Amino acid sequence: MSAPTAVLFDVPGPRARARNTVAGAVTLAVVLALVAVLVWRMAATGQLEGRVWDWVLYENVQLAILDGLVKTLQAFAAGAVLALALGALLALGRLSDHRPLRSVCSLVVELFRAVPLVVLMFLFYYGLPSAGINVSTFVAVVLGLMLYNGAVLAEVFRAGVLAVPRGQSEAAYALGMRKSGVMRFVLLPQAVRSMLPSIVSQLVVLLKDTALGFLITYPELLFQAQFLGSNASLGSPLIPVALVVAAIYITLCLLLSALANWLERRSRRNPAVIAVAVERPDDA
Amino acid sequence: MDVLFGNLGEFLTRFGGTIALFVCSAIASLILGVVLAAMRVSPVPAMRATGTVYVTLLRNTPLTLVLFFFALGFTKLFFYLPFFLLAVIGLSLYTAAFVCETVRGGISTVSEGQAEAARALGFGFTQTLTLVVLPQAVRSVMPPLTSVQIALLKNTTVAAGFSVFEAGGFYRAVNERGGSTLVALLWVALGFVVLVIPLTVLQRRLEKRWSVAR
Repeated sequence: MSAPTAVLFDVPGPRARARNTVAGAVTLAVVLALVAVLVWRMAATGQLEGRVWDWVLYENVQLAILDGLVKTLQAFAAGAVLALALGALLALGRLSDHRPLRSVCSLVVELFRAVPLVVLMFLFYYGLPSAGINVSTFVAVVLGLMLYNGAVLAEVFRAGVLAVPRGQSEAAYALGMRKSGVMRFVLLPQAVRSMLPSIVSQLVVLLKDTALGFLITYPELLFQAQFLGSNASLGSPLIPVALVVAAIYITLCLLLSALANWLERRSRRNPAVIAVAVERPDDA
Repeated sequence: MDVLFGNLGEFLTRFGGTIALFVCSAIASLILGVVLAAMRVSPVPAMRATGTVYVTLLRNTPLTLVLFFFALGFTKLFFYLPFFLLAVIGLSLYTAAFVCETVRGGISTVSEGQAEAARALGFGFTQTLTLVVLPQAVRSVMPPLTSVQIALLKNTTVAAGFSVFEAGGFYRAVNERGGSTLVALLWVALGFVVLVIPLTVLQRRLEKRWSVAR
């Protein structure tokens, strides 16, 4: 993706170089000014004092944050496995030869892609009790993650299967395989391989979405952050805690993104993998 | 039905709030996103680095955390702003990172010859980008950009978790009046489906109409 951007400008001459240096200096000045304002405001409101950072050293607080992290990862793991399974099922349904099955699966996919994940989670946690069904926050979070990401992943799987050249399935049918055999032994393995980077990228989205559990009081990382941040005996260190939690989230997501990039590079080197335009999902 | 019609005013006001939040954030995020994309392809290394760091940080932070900061931390650090404005700022800053990546992807779909021809005519970077490359990139960028904006529309509900003025908070108002939360939430879900459908239709149309060229 970087190649065409270098085409947008010539090798700078003396005047362009001078102009670019000025533009660079201005950019740097603006960024530094923004950072300076932030640091100044933090210092002025006492966010840099030792008192509001003491909690970093307390064992109980460390354990609480670790517990939040574990809860986040639990929701992520359960949500990811279920979403992958649901996505595969829905994709198979949408690719089916039976029209009713196809339309039902299409409807489910479109529906859960259109409803906001927050509303889904609210529905399970706050809505179901008025129908007499009580679910725990964990179940509500995982169900929401499963349905939304499952619908998105179904589209990813489907695109992967459709991208396999027709000759592959024709050859498999010619060998006497049945529909299920063609799908299982020929189409799916190739589809999953070519879509692996997209799938991992969607898992990054899923990981970020676990933070929505905060809104229905699932005790994950962000919830712990608010709990600690409003603790008066620690000096209400809301902003320091938020910074630490942000760093944890960014690290986790970057690790997963790095995996996606690595898979993409590897598949690009391998001529056997079908080239599909791989984009990180646009959905947030 | 009673839940909807008994609270119709409330329902419509709240979806009005959602749409206002969406429109403001959409405009702000599009402007900021295009500026960021231009920075990321510019000849100035400092601009490229700034754009890259911004996009990497914002794309890998949960939106809930961004809004968490703006809802609870911003007033502590700076000054008081109404929550609507804070939500617009948070949503735009977050969505701009995605808009930037989409536009940048669109720039790379414009064939190299176009930019080379522009340069051969003596165009500078700004002229090449704004007169030749971006107008052509708009074509391929429209469908994925609509996806980004649909995601933004749905993300406005995250703001509802921190405040009450918006559609996601409808169930609370119904609950206070003793109505069924479940039914209220189902209506909200349906409301979003109804809002998203026209955008999806628009996206499909643009895709069909514009994918032919080139």
